[in-house]
Amino acid sequence: MSLQDRLTELRDQGLADIKSADVLKKVNQVKVDLLGKKGPITEVLRGMRDLTPEERPKVGAYANEVRDKLQEAIEHRREELELAVQNKQLAAEKLDVTLPGRQVPQGQPHVITQIITELEDLFMGMGYQIVDGDEVEEDYYNFERLNLPKDHPARDMQDTFYITKEILLRTQTSADQPRSLENHDFSKGPLKVLSPGRVYRRDTDDATHSHQFHQIEGLVVDKHITMADLKGTLTLVANELFGDQFEVRLRPSYFPFTEPSVEADVTCFNCNGKGCAVCKQTGWIEVLGAGMVHPRVLEMSGIDPEVYGGFAFGLGPDRFAMLKYGVDDIRNFYLNDVRFLSQFYKKG
Amino acid sequence: MRISYAWLRDYLKLDIPADELAEKIERTAVEVDGVIRPSEGLKKVVVGDVLECVPHPDSDHLHICQVDVGEDDPIQIVCGAPNVAAGEKVIVALPNSWIGNHTKIKRSKMRGVVSNGMLCALDELGFDEKLVPKEVADGIFILPAEAKPGEPVFSYIGMDDEIIDMSVTPNRGDMLSMNGTAHELAAIYDQAPTMPTVDLHEDASELADDELNVTVQADEQAVPMYKMRLIKNVTIKPSPLWLQIRIWNAGMRPINNVVDATNYILMQYGQPLHAFDFNSLTKGQVNVRFAKAGEQLTTLDGEERELAATDLVICSDDRPICLAGTMGGLDSEVTDKTTAIALESAIFDAVKIRKTAHNHNLHSEASMRYERGIDHSATETALDAAAALIAKLSDGTVTTGVVVGRDEDVQPVVVKISLSRINHVLGTDLSLDTVAAIFRRLDFPTTIDGDTYTVTVPARRWDIHIPADLIEEVARLYGYDNLPSTLPTGQPTIGRLNETQQIIRDSRKLMESAGLTQAISYSLTTEAKAKAFALHASEVTKLDFPMSSERSALRLNLISGLLDDLAYNNARKEHDVALYEEGRVFFSQPEQVRPKEVEHIAGAITGSMVQTAWDTAATPVDFYQIKGIVAGYLKSLALAAPVSYVATTAHPEMHPGRTADIYVGEDLVGFVGEIHPATAKAYKVRETYVFELDLDALIAQPKEHQQYQTISKFPSITRDVAMLIDDQVTNAAIVKLIKDKGGAHLRKVQLFDVYNGKNVPAGKKSLAYTLTYQDQNGTLVDEEINKAFEKVLTALTETLGAEIR
Ligand SMILES: [Zn+2]
Repeated sequence: MSLQDRLTELRDQGLADIKSADVLKKVNQVKVDLLGKKGPITEVLRGMRDLTPEERPKVGAYANEVRDKLQEAIEHRREELELAVQNKQLAAEKLDVTLPGRQVPQGQPHVITQIITELEDLFMGMGYQIVDGDEVEEDYYNFERLNLPKDHPARDMQDTFYITKEILLRTQTSADQPRSLENHDFSKGPLKVLSPGRVYRRDTDDATHSHQFHQIEGLVVDKHITMADLKGTLTLVANELFGDQFEVRLRPSYFPFTEPSVEADVTCFNCNGKGCAVCKQTGWIEVLGAGMVHPRVLEMSGIDPEVYGGFAFGLGPDRFAMLKYGVDDIRNFYLNDVRFLSQFYKKG
Repeated sequence: MRISYAWLRDYLKLDIPADELAEKIERTAVEVDGVIRPSEGLKKVVVGDVLECVPHPDSDHLHICQVDVGEDDPIQIVCGAPNVAAGEKVIVALPNSWIGNHTKIKRSKMRGVVSNGMLCALDELGFDEKLVPKEVADGIFILPAEAKPGEPVFSYIGMDDEIIDMSVTPNRGDMLSMNGTAHELAAIYDQAPTMPTVDLHEDASELADDELNVTVQADEQAVPMYKMRLIKNVTIKPSPLWLQIRIWNAGMRPINNVVDATNYILMQYGQPLHAFDFNSLTKGQVNVRFAKAGEQLTTLDGEERELAATDLVICSDDRPICLAGTMGGLDSEVTDKTTAIALESAIFDAVKIRKTAHNHNLHSEASMRYERGIDHSATETALDAAAALIAKLSDGTVTTGVVVGRDEDVQPVVVKISLSRINHVLGTDLSLDTVAAIFRRLDFPTTIDGDTYTVTVPARRWDIHIPADLIEEVARLYGYDNLPSTLPTGQPTIGRLNETQQIIRDSRKLMESAGLTQAISYSLTTEAKAKAFALHASEVTKLDFPMSSERSALRLNLISGLLDDLAYNNARKEHDVALYEEGRVFFSQPEQVRPKEVEHIAGAITGSMVQTAWDTAATPVDFYQIKGIVAGYLKSLALAAPVSYVATTAHPEMHPGRTADIYVGEDLVGFVGEIHPATAKAYKVRETYVFELDLDALIAQPKEHQQYQTISKFPSITRDVAMLIDDQVTNAAIVKLIKDKGGAHLRKVQLFDVYNGKNVPAGKKSLAYTLTYQDQNGTLVDEEINKAFEKVLTALTETLGAEIR
């Protein structure tokens, strides 16, 4: 048998052995057996000594070809088997991906904070500063400076927690507005402030009353602020909180510190204005009180109402949350039942 | 204020649906609570003519009636009312009719006799019992003789009316009258209203002055106007039905012709009137003064009241007979026997009346109007109108002349405003004519000079006295719907959180990321809870006049509120709770009533923060969990000074062995630990771990100056040390010693084991640390590290008595 024939035989036998090797170990064995130093191919190569110089390169080239071919087949077979092993292992590692993930404790913001934060962000985007006034205030700032002198009918003693005759728990966050007005340097631009915070009223707690609740009040004063600006601002607030598919209407109202005074209603989101229990069959929900700053309020802060004017508005996040989420008892906000708190998972 | 649509039609031509009218009022003037339709839901309630009425054979009070209801044959109805009688026109609820309170009437048998319906009293038609005249309260209602059998009954008793229930704001006292409302609607709909006229006939033979003598001692501010008329020969009887209807549709109970007449004029003019029984006066004398403190008066409601020096009283011969503007006295009340009336029409100071109404808890139709303001120009007209009506209804005679206790020169207010000012404030582009037309519709006489309006405001609109008030009139009548919608222009400003606000917001997020949910608790609590857990000693700020001891003092801490929250959850079987609160506490300040308001942040955890699941067992919370939360939070604040935890027994509400004060540098900023078991019991909570931090103090702390440090390219080397050491020696002391003696290359000391179980002698514990060494500039050699490590071991042995294992 010629060396060529021997190589061809070895090649065919080798390829068959490789093909039939069904585990990696056998592939490796085939490799050692065929291509190892003591293997038949090496032996064939040794036999080349006996060939003529003309034959030698031919056979040599053929031997290399056979060796490469076998090498390639071994590698290929190895990859095949490795992949099979891996696939088998992966199949064995299959998980039920619908099982719950491991818990990482995660808290959430209070629903009132969510609403306040949402509005703070909206107004900061329009250049408002956030101011946090004191919760314990002087009667003078809480009432008198807002055009509510001592005998004013809108100022019912029943509604206020007093600490002394002159010191009280603020009944409105607008108690901070006179200070904002006093301290503002109008040469640096308009005054635009938003005051969110806790307020207190002398009320017996029940489903719709709470002695503690929250308010967000806004104030803008500049040389040319119009009631149209107020209307646009209130519409923006209503759209932010309830969505822009609803209509906003302004209607006359009365607050001692604004003139004209208005209340803003939004189309009832529950019935779309048809009338339901949420809106007491009116189709409207009252959401905001507002108005143009009363000239007296400006005067008392040393601002000339002939030159400057502005608007103010106020709203109650508690009431908003009650309306928006259908909360039927205001006390829920302050009892902190985790089953309640965990229902409002949103931005904060 | 309830406004009858039927009555409004006396003034104006209105044919729009009541709902539309209500909506218009709401958008232009005052809030409307709703439209009341008294006949709503009632069906098949008709006029009946009782043809025959015989006693029921098996009853001592029932009658069997044959009633003509406009059909071919009369129907038989059994009736138990005492006043049922043949020949009367009555209210019949036919079979299958609906009457008040959603009640359906069916054919029935009463003691064996068929009854094809029911004869009705007013309250059975849904009338509020408080509005039913007393004389008809005990029986069925008798309709006027001209009522036609078979016709719906509603038009005969005013139930076909529609009533607009307005909620009048304090500035719009003018709308607490039909006249005022008519003026308003006339302006809205641009109509000329037909106002009522007074048809008064005085008896020239008798002069009121001769018999009635009035003096006002109270000052002019308290009583700017006080006038009376004397009406004689009156006969007290029920009012005619038309008047009763107007009275009950206005939400008042018809009483008698005199009282109803005063109430009618009150509704019409908004002017409270009071009728005194003239014969109850002493010598025809009336005087008005402030009460003497402690003086007594029995009011109409039978209540004996002790008067205060701030109460205005009407007296006769100095004997109090009426609480001015609020409620009459029992002694001078108009009764069936009254034959002469002294009728009062006056103005009293709003503040005084408000005080009296408030102090005596007497809020009447009269006091409400005085508090909100009265049309001073209508006081005498109303007096004349009431006198005329009383005389007409009671066959009385009005004596000649008004007896004036005090009079006032009522002058209209004149306000000037320019068109440009109006447009400047409203953001509109209204024309001179548009605004002029609005003033004309309001019936405010106006002259125009250039672009300036000079507006004469009638006394009925006492709320208008400055230009801004006129701007409101223009705005609301022009229509808020028609205003443009814009946003403020002008110099831009930057809106952003200041550093404090930003840190507060970040703190909330960090707490939430650490697994705590935000709570908002009450700031007002009991004095004891307010004081508990206080970080510093302080007085408690207390309410002057609390509603309950539960809410009487301002908190000095947030923890007690959180414990209340935990208790609330605990009582509802929620035992795994992790809450935090961020808010104010109120520390007293020397020589000041107002406390210092300090932002705190606190947390409370109980139960487990991770619940038992398929792959995890619930781990009960413990000291190290809450400490981990606090430490992680403080780390993120990047404080410049080091944070240290010092065991403390100074907080009586806290576990003495499981509480640490928290210092930043030398400053005490809070504490963390387990609450004392006695505290847990008192608050009705389970084992609970808490922390409280002075957030303002943390915000004020200098922050780490952050700068990038090159990460060493050279490998680090670690050495572990395990030691047996005295139980009393703290981790903090060991770590400090290791760091002090660790040498220049010691980077990190990590505690990895604490053991004091088996094989550890009593009073000892076993601790193990990994020390990590690294050099910034080169590869460390073992020998160098061994030397440094050896130094640490020696120090531990010699200084802390550690036994290295
Ligand atoms: Zn609705």
